[in-house]
Amino acid sequence: MTFQWDWGFALQTLPTLFQGLIFTLEATFYGSLLAFALGLIWALARLADVPVASQIVRLWVEFVRGTPLLIQLYFLFFIFPSYGVTLPALETGIIGLGIYYSAYASEVYRAGIEGVPRGQWEASLALGLPLRRVWGRIVLPQAMRFAIPVFGTYVISMFKESAILSTISVLELMGQANIISAETARYVEPLSMAALIFLCISYPAARLVRLLEARTGAS
Amino acid sequence: MGGIPDDALLGMRDVTMRYGSRTVIDAIRLAVKPREKLAIIGPSGSGKTTILRLAMGLERPTDGFIRIDGQYLWHVQRNGALAPAGEQQARRARRAVGMVFQQFNLFPHMTALQNVTEPLIHVLRVNKKEANDRATDLLTRVGLATHLDHRPAQLSGGQQQRVAIARSLALRPKLMLFDEVTSALDPELIGEVLNVIRDLAHTTSMAMMIVTHEITFAADIADRVIVFDHGRIVEEGAPDVVLRQPQSPRTQQFLKAILER
Repeated sequence: MTFQWDWGFALQTLPTLFQGLIFTLEATFYGSLLAFALGLIWALARLADVPVASQIVRLWVEFVRGTPLLIQLYFLFFIFPSYGVTLPALETGIIGLGIYYSAYASEVYRAGIEGVPRGQWEASLALGLPLRRVWGRIVLPQAMRFAIPVFGTYVISMFKESAILSTISVLELMGQANIISAETARYVEPLSMAALIFLCISYPAARLVRLLEARTGAS
Repeated sequence: MGGIPDDALLGMRDVTMRYGSRTVIDAIRLAVKPREKLAIIGPSGSGKTTILRLAMGLERPTDGFIRIDGQYLWHVQRNGALAPAGEQQARRARRAVGMVFQQFNLFPHMTALQNVTEPLIHVLRVNKKEANDRATDLLTRVGLATHLDHRPAQLSGGQQQRVAIARSLALRPKLMLFDEVTSALDPELIGEVLNVIRDLAHTTSMAMMIVTHEITFAADIADRVIVFDHGRIVEEGAPDVVLRQPQSPRTQQFLKAILER
């Protein structure tokens, strides 16, 4: 028996896959927001050098970076509910992705903040600018110039990695492809089409980030 | 109090700065009067820049007392004695002082105008329109009326340094510190910056401390010159005397080296 690619079937999978894509995009969008917000908090907590708190945050970031996302998701989805913490699958997935990527984002913020020349701090101090203003208007905007292209690549990576949410029953792109495969016992078309959809979005997005990188690097 | 003359705008008593075992500033006593223009010269590594950084409160001295316009930088007076104080007190004392840096240190993501309005709006709490007017005046004064909307990267080094001068002037400091402000400039751009400072020296009542290698410039604007070497003042006096008939062998040596450059 030889395998035959069935174009008709492949195209039939598209409407269902697109339904999944919506969840994929949602997970990526909210996951990114969460990651970049939490990442900033971790970074500031570590830079603030508050004796115990900074150490705890450092260990927390190391823990998140040092364990697989899959295990973290399983904890959130299968273990936490037995302690009374229950959330729908998609929300759990967003939180999982957000926390996982926040650990990486915090390092990017940190590098960005530490990369701001000392002279910027000294000029701010000499002018007597309020500390809040120095962070908000002088230091962070300059740190972001460094961070944003890196964050771009993280968003793309999160977009692809969100396929892992299918393991906690989120019916995103990969989840839908799995269901079609199980129902029809045909794997090649749904998985190929899902991969194609991922590629159609991630490739142009990667080009865009590259452009952004070139622009911020040049000036 | 503290052995600093009462009429001094800036007074330092027995100020010492050590980094590890290296002594960069060695028990300096120094007083700058209101309106006085003081030039500081000396070989590199002699502590000239550090003395300015200490006066600005960018560094906390290992030892000694610094008073600016009646406020101690790192101490508060309590029951007639001086007790160590922290950053909050330093913020208060820094208000009377402005500083222009060797590397300009402009905010790169803001225009020339925004660089100057920033302290006006957020330190002096001036409203936006008033801040724009004042900043425009200041930038006009340093010859940049046509460059208000340029970002630092679009300006020459000389223009950037003039924006930095305007930015420091915005807070109307009583004492202005200039830290080798022409050292990072191409030779053809040095003149325009020195002219701005010379003009300020002749037309304002601001006191100035100027660290420079431009000896003719120092002779022209300074009321007094001090010569630093190894963290100590080796000679001080009127420019005519110190620069033309230096007494200390170290000053003679240094001036000779500069002139033969």
